[in-house]
Amino acid sequence: MGDSQHLQGERGGASASRHRTDTTLRVNGKPHQLTLDHRRTLLDVVREDLGLYGAKKGCDHGQCGACTVLVDGRRVNSCLLLAVTLDGSEVTTVEGLTGEGPTGDGEQPHPLQQAFLDRDAFQCGYCTPGQICSAIGALAEAAAGHPSRVTDPRAPSGRAVPLDRDEIRERLSGNLCRCGAYPRIVDAVEDVIA
Amino acid sequence: MVSTVVGAPVERREGLEKVTGSARYAAEHAPPRRVWAWPVPATVARGTVTAVDTAAAMEQPGVLTVLTHRNAPRLAEPDDATLAVLQNPRVPHRGWFVALVVAETLEDARAGAAAVQVSYEPEEHDVSLTMTHPGAYVPEEANGGYPAATEQGDPERAFASSAVQVDADYRVPPLHNHPMEPHASTAQWDGDRLLVHTSSQGSTAVQTVLAGLFRLPEDGVTVVAEHVGGGFGSKGTPRPDVVLAAMAARQTGRPVTLALPRRHMPAVVGHRAPTLHRVRLGAEPDGRLTSLIHEVTTHTSRIKEFTEQAAVPARTMYAAAHLRTVHRVAPLDVPSPSWMRAPGEAPGMYALESAMDELACALGMDPVELRIVNEPETEPHSGKPFSSRHLVECLREGARRFDWAHRAPRTAGPLRIGTGVAAAMYPVLVQPSTASAGACPDGTFLVRINATDIGTGSRTVLAQIAADALGVPLERVRTEVGRSDLPSASLAGGSSGTASWGWAVHEACTRLTARLATHTGPLPPDGLDAHADTAGQADADSPWARHAFGAHFAEVAVDTVTGEVRARRLLGVFAAGHILNARTARSQFVGGMTMGLGMALTEGSTMDAAFGDFTQSDLASYHVPAHADVPDIEVHWIDEDDPHLNPMGSKGIGEIGIVGTAAAIGNAVHHATGTRYRELPLTPDRVRRGAGF
Ligand code: FES
Ligand code: FES
Repeated sequence: MGDSQHLQGERGGASASRHRTDTTLRVNGKPHQLTLDHRRTLLDVVREDLGLYGAKKGCDHGQCGACTVLVDGRRVNSCLLLAVTLDGSEVTTVEGLTGEGPTGDGEQPHPLQQAFLDRDAFQCGYCTPGQICSAIGALAEAAAGHPSRVTDPRAPSGRAVPLDRDEIRERLSGNLCRCGAYPRIVDAVEDVIA
Repeated sequence: MVSTVVGAPVERREGLEKVTGSARYAAEHAPPRRVWAWPVPATVARGTVTAVDTAAAMEQPGVLTVLTHRNAPRLAEPDDATLAVLQNPRVPHRGWFVALVVAETLEDARAGAAAVQVSYEPEEHDVSLTMTHPGAYVPEEANGGYPAATEQGDPERAFASSAVQVDADYRVPPLHNHPMEPHASTAQWDGDRLLVHTSSQGSTAVQTVLAGLFRLPEDGVTVVAEHVGGGFGSKGTPRPDVVLAAMAARQTGRPVTLALPRRHMPAVVGHRAPTLHRVRLGAEPDGRLTSLIHEVTTHTSRIKEFTEQAAVPARTMYAAAHLRTVHRVAPLDVPSPSWMRAPGEAPGMYALESAMDELACALGMDPVELRIVNEPETEPHSGKPFSSRHLVECLREGARRFDWAHRAPRTAGPLRIGTGVAAAMYPVLVQPSTASAGACPDGTFLVRINATDIGTGSRTVLAQIAADALGVPLERVRTEVGRSDLPSASLAGGSSGTASWGWAVHEACTRLTARLATHTGPLPPDGLDAHADTAGQADADSPWARHAFGAHFAEVAVDTVTGEVRARRLLGVFAAGHILNARTARSQFVGGMTMGLGMALTEGSTMDAAFGDFTQSDLASYHVPAHADVPDIEVHWIDEDDPHLNPMGSKGIGEIGIVGTAAAIGNAVHHATGTRYRELPLTPDRVRRGAGF
């Protein structure tokens, strides 16, 4: 790939490197070869090595969901993953959700990003990228038939689970919003289902 | 004529940046050669640092320096003692920062901090607040500058001789703000000039404080707070992160970012102090109050007196000829409490509105009617007339929409379902600010003011105010906020931001309009501008008692097997002057009510007596409401035409949503179960333990 980058950035690289390993990540469609400190989480890689600050750090402990990104299409708390373990993975952050505009000259928000705008589904915006990535992951899980705690146990397995408001609430409960935008986040998610 | 845009549901101007991830918060400004800092918190609750062994930390790869009280830059003495970090060896509470490691990477800094060895001379500590704590005293003032104690009539005697009495104690635990963005600062020096990106509710104040601490001229310090991931009071004034980042940057000659680890936050960013309440209500058989006594005991730290003004709402709410309110505060070896959304009103109205519900039950009276019967003619404490007060209308409107008339409790399997009501109140606060408005030759207008957008949408609402004042379409107005080199302004706190900034913006735009009216010919290349300063105007004494009011209605289900309480419906009706942006205002009301739901059901911190530490120090143990906890929340408002406020006719809306929610939910739990709980939060263990079912 012509745009492949090898980063042993001064930020990551100046630290004496007793435990570092070459790792390749494909992030938002673009390959990155990185020499990574084994302690570095995926969250810190996307933020500090790749400058993708859309992934937020709210707790660094898997307790808030602000850092949610997609790894190979599945939502994860990126603060809980050591990036060296993800060699060869495909990572999508909130920045990778926008598409080309109709004229190909600008960024077109993903329908869910647009729904968040339409519904005013945020205030401070700090939890928002995580909510959006998490909802995209949750929609895929439901489509694949994954049940949640509130799914009717009699629902046929393997079939797509329809998402009502309670399902959406349950499935997004790993994403905290201290501004309390929850009802409108549910509205926004419903908008893209409808 | 351009139609008015004030009040319209205008979209947030920075919305696209926030949903696409391009909005930058304080820790996300990465100047070249930027390094990281990680603090070391004290592990004793009281004592003195006797030694800091930094050798092992300095050997860690990437560590540049370890700051301690011995080698840290000397600061001028701050007004706020919590900012005197690394200045002396005293440890006033557990979690106080005793060292700071600066390293090339975040991982290096964290490892370095773990390797710092601190020795202490510990002392006996006391972190346990009781109503009869011998150290408690009545301060001169409670937070907000309110007198700590007031008395009119003979409340004790009137209470003793009243026909119906309620005498109840309520407890609200310590609560944590926990904005989703941790406190964070990136500091860089250029010679003697300091540039800081920080997560703050008001960067003018940060600039002033940093200039003082580092002995710099104010214009030598620039503070930027472009996007702020919530604050809820905890970022109202500078916190230690910004001071430490600036120190570390000075010491290392490198730009430094310090983002507080979540678990460090409860000890150093302020918290809502616990409040122990005794409320006595004496009433006639028709429900009319004769005596109202609200006594509050709370804690503060050893280094700062902060008294949560929880008895203050009782001075405004109800007509009682005999009225006493008093605050007592006990300095303990605890972290310094500070502002958390509606300090005073939130816990105070929990207690008062719970007691009103108890009184309604004792009288066999509808709790909505009881409040209406006690509607005062003038503000009970001050005797001032209300500039506007539509509490009764909020109650009636809410009751109608909620179908309060058909509120009989019911049972559904193991669930008991009940409803509750509570009033809400928040004072109208406003601060002087400055602003400029400019007309540009390209036909646009530029409004500049150091307002802060902590999620309220201030860029947007200020543009609306400006567009109306200028009589131009909204799209032609640009707003610049969030930098201390803009015209100075007050902070986003006390629900005063929009009123304070909007007033200055309105004034600047009005002056610009006048200038433009007399200007002939094309605009000069630099355009024309006008400046406004509302000092002396915005802060002038008012002959009016000015408050926003509201009413909360809640329906809960209590699981008699597990003790779990779930809110099924929340409905709020508010009267807060003119609502300036229907869209963002609704989000603020809902957000406040959500935090009130947390206060009622999930949020509670405890001081561990042995260790002197908050037990619930992270988001796994301190439960802020999650999606599944929050039902659909209905919000309505009654538009008020109040000429005694500001040019926009607005009251603040950022805090009133949290005021009264917890009481409405607690009252609903009583209605559902017949059990009166008087301690928050209503967690399953507590509900099960007290259960009469
Ligand atoms: S930052 Fe990863 S879950 Fe909070
Ligand atoms: S929008 Fe502020 S935390 Fe969700």
